[in-house]
Amino acid sequence: MSPSTDFAQTAQQREAARTIFERGAPGRRASHLPDMDVPTRPRDELLPARFRRAQAPKLPEVSEPEIVRHYVRLSKRNFDLDSGFYPLGSCTMKYNPKLHERAAALPGHSRLHPLQRPERAQGALELMWNLQRALAEVAGLPHVSLQPSAGSHGELAGVLLTRAYHEDRGDARDIVLTPDTAHGTNPATVTMAGYRVVGVGTNADGGVDLDDLREKATDRVACLMLTNPNTLGLFDPNITEIAEIVHDVGATLYYDGANLNAIMGISRPGDMGFDIVHFNLHKSFTQPHGGGGPGAGPIAVSDRIAPYLPVPLVSRTETSVGPVFDLVGDLPKTIGRLRGFQGNYGVFVRAYAYICSLGGEGLRRASEVAVLNANYLRALLRAPGVGEYLATPFDRHCMHEFVVSGGPMKRELGIRTLDLAKRMLDFGVHPPTVYFPQLIDECLLIEPTETETRETLEAFAQIIQEILAEARSSPETARNAPYTTPVRRLDEATAARSPILRQPL
Amino acid sequence: MLAAIGVDSIEDLLGAIPAHVRMRDPLDLPAGRPEQDVFAHLRELAARNTSADDEVTFLGAGMYDHYAPALIESIILRSEFLTPYTPYQPEISQGGLQAMFEYQTAICELTGLPVSNASLYEGPSAVASAAYMAKLANGRPEFVVSRGVHPHARQTLATVAHGWGGRVVEVDLREGVTDPDDLAARLGPDTCAVIIQQPNFLGAVEDLTALTQAAHAAGGVAICSADPLTLGVLEAPGNQGCDIVVGEGQTLGNRLDFGGPSFGFLAAASDHVRRMPGRIAGETRDADGRRGFVLTLQTREQHIRREKATSNICTAQALNALAGVIYLAWLGRKGLPELGELMLQRTAYARARLAALDGVELVHSQPVVREFAVRLAAPVDAVIAACQDRGINPGFALEHDYPEYPGGLLVALTEQRSRGDIDRLADTLADVLSMFATSVAGAEASR
Repeated sequence: MSPSTDFAQTAQQREAARTIFERGAPGRRASHLPDMDVPTRPRDELLPARFRRAQAPKLPEVSEPEIVRHYVRLSKRNFDLDSGFYPLGSCTMKYNPKLHERAAALPGHSRLHPLQRPERAQGALELMWNLQRALAEVAGLPHVSLQPSAGSHGELAGVLLTRAYHEDRGDARDIVLTPDTAHGTNPATVTMAGYRVVGVGTNADGGVDLDDLREKATDRVACLMLTNPNTLGLFDPNITEIAEIVHDVGATLYYDGANLNAIMGISRPGDMGFDIVHFNLHKSFTQPHGGGGPGAGPIAVSDRIAPYLPVPLVSRTETSVGPVFDLVGDLPKTIGRLRGFQGNYGVFVRAYAYICSLGGEGLRRASEVAVLNANYLRALLRAPGVGEYLATPFDRHCMHEFVVSGGPMKRELGIRTLDLAKRMLDFGVHPPTVYFPQLIDECLLIEPTETETRETLEAFAQIIQEILAEARSSPETARNAPYTTPVRRLDEATAARSPILRQPL
Repeated sequence: MLAAIGVDSIEDLLGAIPAHVRMRDPLDLPAGRPEQDVFAHLRELAARNTSADDEVTFLGAGMYDHYAPALIESIILRSEFLTPYTPYQPEISQGGLQAMFEYQTAICELTGLPVSNASLYEGPSAVASAAYMAKLANGRPEFVVSRGVHPHARQTLATVAHGWGGRVVEVDLREGVTDPDDLAARLGPDTCAVIIQQPNFLGAVEDLTALTQAAHAAGGVAICSADPLTLGVLEAPGNQGCDIVVGEGQTLGNRLDFGGPSFGFLAAASDHVRRMPGRIAGETRDADGRRGFVLTLQTREQHIRREKATSNICTAQALNALAGVIYLAWLGRKGLPELGELMLQRTAYARARLAALDGVELVHSQPVVREFAVRLAAPVDAVIAACQDRGINPGFALEHDYPEYPGGLLVALTEQRSRGDIDRLADTLADVLSMFATSVAGAEASR
């Protein structure tokens, strides 16, 4: 590389990665606030000097066009679901309908204060009521709280509900079981809720090891947290037996709804014997992921758990002038609040719009096509040119997602799953989830979702085939990938060892 | 596609699901509808809500009707910010990661603390997250919480602390602020943390320096929940000894949205960084030496550490935090103190106007920035309803959460409420109160 192009690239790069704090000039600003229209009083009379801020925060000094240009430029350094395939396993990256943003932006929804009196928020409460009923129907469990803010928050709610249930019965328990394939949020939640985690093994078919479960299911166990289909993308056919083992020792059975997209309208957690379910409205119900939120994690529960639900709940009373909706906070056995106000209402609007658009039949169809797409992609990846290098560990149909192992690829071609994933970036697709579940060597967890076309799936399989073919002759190409992205592989070790967590000013 | 899979029907793919847990009937939900019908339905529901556009509102108590400039929506609705997942592949997520880094910088500046995470769910649960950090730091069981902390935050903390075996004790307010004597009486060797809100729920400015000194003397962690838009005029809690500062981010460019989604922020002193919950973005270099950003210190997090993680949080509120940093860039270094000054003066004006009315007295006379509490000589819920019938929402009724303040009304100001609005509030409240006074007088006369 010649000095001049080197300089040009550096200058361009410097410009691209300059933060908003490194732009602008002293005194420059974008905001123009309303005039001081009240008679002013001496500052010290209103706020004694000892409370006053000595030095104003060093916020940016930029114009509006600078802000817009800065963030539009940043946006171009992001890959997103509207630009390309995003088969991130366990995350359900399905298309987010544009109608939802329009509906959520209506001032009657977006400009509604959370403490508006219920008689003046009847539309919002009816929406929440309708969403509760729909989620209860999908879960096969009668009682719903919309309050939790994300999946992990729903999990915390669920384990705290379990605790309340046992404590109410005077039953001291200290263990929660999680399979070794569980999402990391499960064991993390267990610890936060004051329980001890005990792992349960996986059998040769990818399901819960029933013998191991029987051994570990004692009267000290408060709950088993399970995902079904599990994180291998496999439906556990022994689910009823699992539920019996858990219920026989008096424990609750918790459903991690991260994989609900496989079974909507096909099978219901309540019918499988689950006591508590959380939903990820940002997965199955199309709330855009926003680069890491917002989401919402409502829970549905059985009759025996219902008395402990977090508050407030939405109630509906039939009156002579029609139904009247209210917020109920004074439940004697509630675990209490989990956050401020009523939950992520803006997310409820979008999820509700999705359910209205699809209806019951459409939700079932969505899950069926999600399963079809996953199995089709799985079949494509078993074909010659790919199948020799990426093993499909379980010889059975998957549900909405599936795992493959990059073990053979690593042995035969000398490239790792990480290298395959990074090389995919140069082909304009988002890689699958990698190295999870940890049970599978060099794992890729692939979830195409129902909103992708056959052509997209075939193109993706083709990309993998090309990368593997390339690796046969020059494995270093993948090992050093990516090349065409805004930056190349980043030094994460140094970032963690000597953290720079803010712009020095 | 079925042929390539080697099956005859989708049904064949579902064979692992035992027949007895299959749904026999379709989901009992209304049939799907075209987009225009769904929009009409959602518009009809929206029309049955009284939004902040439909009345002149002085309702606050945790969320406030500030103006969010149009550029925020135009940026955060871009697909590139709206639709990606958490940035697990940094090479194609530099936009989101850099925005997190900028957000963290802005939160550090606001709070006066050196490290910030990339967002939490919202305000009250952020208070509980800070408490859990304190528990990880010193292992003590008791949280000493001012009654000036938002009731929802106190309730949320009580809910989650019960899980890990923590206890919550409350400190009374005296003359509108945390009573230092009651605080001193409740501190001891079990004190894990002291939690204060700034300004507190009654709008009063707390003497954080004194309160944090008391917390530290007892060996506890000092936690403050702060209103970020007051931090242009109020001293940064981090400069007053607070170890962890959290808060509700709704006022930073986010919608009211009937309570969410907004975001919670959390900043801390350096020695707490490895106990922090949630995502943190950090700066680094790529293979060619170019500046870049990654998620860092991930050994704290659930996907790596599982049951040993410092928190279970995964999805948080990245898009709302992005709105927050855009808002702060828009407001700017000059704008934040200017907005604080505007709120300070208008709040003082409104407080004086209301206090001069018959049937209104101040609950306290402490310094306030954006919110103040008065006591009405009439049933507060009925007064609010009557004012709303006249197009004014006068604020929040305190007595349901604070029985010690019967008739209490909490009135909030933002830059959206002009002097004319304040005068209208005062006139309306005067009318309504005189109506109640007359009806009471009439009832007494007839008796």
